[in-house]
Amino acid sequence: MREDHHDQPHAPDHPMTEFEWRVDAVQALLIEKGVITADEVRRAVEEMDARTPAQGARVVARAWVDPAFKARLLADAKATIAEIGITVGFDATIVAVENTEKVHHAVVCTLCSCYPRGLLGYPPDWYKSLNYRSRAVVEPRSVLSEFGLELRSDVEVRVLDSTADMRYLVIPVRPAGTEGMSEEELADLVTRDSMIGVAQARTPALR
Amino acid sequence: MTRVHDRGGWPGSGPIDKSEHDLSWWEKRTDAIASLLMSPEKRVMRVDELRRAIEDMEPARYEQSRYYAKWLHAIETIMAEKGVLTREEIDRKVRELSARR
Repeated sequence: MREDHHDQPHAPDHPMTEFEWRVDAVQALLIEKGVITADEVRRAVEEMDARTPAQGARVVARAWVDPAFKARLLADAKATIAEIGITVGFDATIVAVENTEKVHHAVVCTLCSCYPRGLLGYPPDWYKSLNYRSRAVVEPRSVLSEFGLELRSDVEVRVLDSTADMRYLVIPVRPAGTEGMSEEELADLVTRDSMIGVAQARTPALR
Repeated sequence: MTRVHDRGGWPGSGPIDKSEHDLSWWEKRTDAIASLLMSPEKRVMRVDELRRAIEDMEPARYEQSRYYAKWLHAIETIMAEKGVLTREEIDRKVRELSARR
């Protein structure tokens, strides 16, 4: 087996771009020099692919049904997330914040793209976009309304600006009419965007 | 003076493009390579070094580059600074790989 990516079933359907050639070249050289192995790269991709918002949704659903868990989550998110078998890797500190009928949190990273990747997976494109990063901190209501989220004027909006060392998980408001639902059913209502704070959790009718 | 990466309140910002794309195999590998280099087991690079190399990009290039092109630039920069790889080596390897195709 060859040591670079050519043993991978990922032949591009387009002429290779400069970026793609350089990724291949950097990887090949780092392998030649013994810094990384092809296997480690493959495993790192697989590991990241396995991290999806479903993990965060499990955490939120547990917090909705278990007040003691929620209290621990708000006090020490990383340790509490580990309780239900999710390890968030070597990511920075994670801080969980709770949305209520009175306070709504939304998360941005104005400087880069910091995101609780270990919990939610890769950040979406718009989260990394210059316009979201610019505007979320100065006109959050108008940004939220672009996402289809209109908040009452008496709801306080708090925007959390992430750093490489501190990343945020929003616990959205538990929707009305979900009293009898199981934890698994509840987790289905928890979208990625609701954990970033640009949306509410789904209501059961829209599930 | 505000530097190019410090986007909070940047004037003239427009609507947010909410379209999303699935990361390509190359983008995922760039992410994976950076993560490995920054992993506690290897520690060849720190997240702050990655950021610094991105933040030091020429402003126009910063604004025009795709996300993982910035990461790759940072990986190349930091690896060159640490004497792990040189740009010339990378250029040479690109020519070698593309000739094989």
